[in-house]
Amino acid sequence: MTEIRNYTLNFGPQHPAAHGVLRLVLELDGEVIQRADPHVGLLHRATEKLAESKPFNQSIGYMDRLDYVSMMCNEHAYVMAIEKMLGITPPIRAQYIRVMFDEITRILNHLLWLGATSLDLGAMSMFLYAFKEREDLMDCYEAVSGARMHATYYRPGGVYRDLPDQMPKYEPSIFCNEKETAKRNANREGSLLDFITNFTDRFPGCVDEYETLLTDNRIWKQRTVDIGVVSPERALALGFTGPMLRASGVAWDLRKKQPYEVYDQLDFDIPIGSNGDCYDRYLVRVQEMRESNKIIQQCVKWLKANPGPVIIDDRKVAPPKRANMKTNMEAMIHHFKLFSEGYCVPEGEAYAAVEHPKGEFGIYLISDGANKPYRLKIRAAGFPHLAALEEMTKGHMLADVVSVLSSQDIVFGEIDR
Amino acid sequence: MQITTLLENAQRHLGDAIVDHVIALNELTLEIQPEKLRETAYILRDEPELAFEQCVDVCGVDYLVYGASEWETFEATSTGFERGVERLNPSKTSTAWPKPRFAVVYHLLSLKYNWRLRLRVFPNQETLMLDSLISVWPSVNWFEREAFDMFGFLFKDHPDLRRIMTDYGFIGHPFRKDFPLSGNVEVRYDAASQRVIYEPVELPPRVLVPKVIRKK
Repeated sequence: MTEIRNYTLNFGPQHPAAHGVLRLVLELDGEVIQRADPHVGLLHRATEKLAESKPFNQSIGYMDRLDYVSMMCNEHAYVMAIEKMLGITPPIRAQYIRVMFDEITRILNHLLWLGATSLDLGAMSMFLYAFKEREDLMDCYEAVSGARMHATYYRPGGVYRDLPDQMPKYEPSIFCNEKETAKRNANREGSLLDFITNFTDRFPGCVDEYETLLTDNRIWKQRTVDIGVVSPERALALGFTGPMLRASGVAWDLRKKQPYEVYDQLDFDIPIGSNGDCYDRYLVRVQEMRESNKIIQQCVKWLKANPGPVIIDDRKVAPPKRANMKTNMEAMIHHFKLFSEGYCVPEGEAYAAVEHPKGEFGIYLISDGANKPYRLKIRAAGFPHLAALEEMTKGHMLADVVSVLSSQDIVFGEIDR
Repeated sequence: MQITTLLENAQRHLGDAIVDHVIALNELTLEIQPEKLRETAYILRDEPELAFEQCVDVCGVDYLVYGASEWETFEATSTGFERGVERLNPSKTSTAWPKPRFAVVYHLLSLKYNWRLRLRVFPNQETLMLDSLISVWPSVNWFEREAFDMFGFLFKDHPDLRRIMTDYGFIGHPFRKDFPLSGNVEVRYDAASQRVIYEPVELPPRVLVPKVIRKK
């Protein structure tokens, strides 16, 4: 008689549904998962150690590269930790800009998640729909910072510069004639805020389209309903945060519970699920996009009515105006000191957390009074989620691993750091 | 919820397990006796007046060069400031840090009372051994693995204490302050032997911006 043994399967690191570089060692009994052992660290870049060797401001760019689909939210936690230790508060306009871009980032993240997840589960067209709207949000990033992804826009004490009065426009080329170009530039005639208004007016309709395609789709529901169920108690014990926790029915959102910046002045709801399965996680994220859209609209309204400074007027932390630097010796010295040596942060430690699109993203910072962090710990939201993968997939079929994995919204930039 | 209430509750229920406490920047840090760590953790989770349902983060800290600066400017001369960067000497232990070198830091969150707590534990500095808290909060599983990988802490009763971030077969604990930033070995594909080989790093370590401590 032949011996029946479990089959061990390597999933990734070069698998399109592994969301980057996950190596997953699966032990299968037939097609049923017996053991799932994620091997992470293939994208480990020692961000924490690198940050410890550089002045504070030079590490903001590293934060973008952690979770590379929600760049500005990562920066946000980092600058909040520094601000907490320096004891400075950014101007109110900067706070609104940050909140607006946090929510733009949330939509960016959820759109990529929606596209990638549905692609994993076989809905090719969703990917294209999602990426179409993402492109406009990338343009918002580009308009304020010059970079489509790795913006380095948030600075301790505010944001790098004010919102631009005009949007970059397409130019006619041999592939696109004058008339076609004018059509593409139609929503770019005004300022960035007008462009965002145009987006927020249009976006709820887009979400309706996505929902038409997926929410009642029979195949979609077969792949997600009752897959990877996590009870609320278990979700808390496993360290879940963000949409993962809310889908299990725990109403916990740092934007509401521990409000930072101006979230306490904005009107929005936090969607929660009831079953804690993949389908609920989908519903929660889709609803979050609608809520984010509402927040952006409120921010745009406020920002249009209230001009003002966007970074604090403290030359030890924020650089002087460029024009000023050319004529004023003092400003020139401040500029030189800030960009060469940086600023010293008072001795102590702080933990600052934001409600990142994936969950709680925290920065634990220890300073010994120097111009570099003594220890920087990044609390990545996806890290405990992926750690729970084994528990969530055990007893499921092989195909369900893909559903569960993509419903966790895993990005290796932040897990491996 | 007031942070002082939390401190009072913690002191009432934990008693002499608390070695020290600090309230700074509206955050409470408790230093816990390493022997009583697990016992403390159970109280923190189960006691209704504390109710820390979630362990948000676990990380190691190496205080080897705490408070040591790489560039001390004594005087300005006619030839400019002193330029010599003194690279931190790992064998020279820090004098600004009176406590032991290695610490493990836990961040806890209570959803019931909406408060956070930080625990700092200094394990036995010879063995770096601590009780694993995986039976209290299962979320610490990978965080403890990471602390083991990066700093070399050993967590007793952890079911699967393997390296997590570093390469298979990696030697050393990279986040210790005496581990060079550029590492010890580098890999490349060797055409002659037709495989990836490890070699000592050729890049000399250098300091781009010296660490400076300026007291106001």
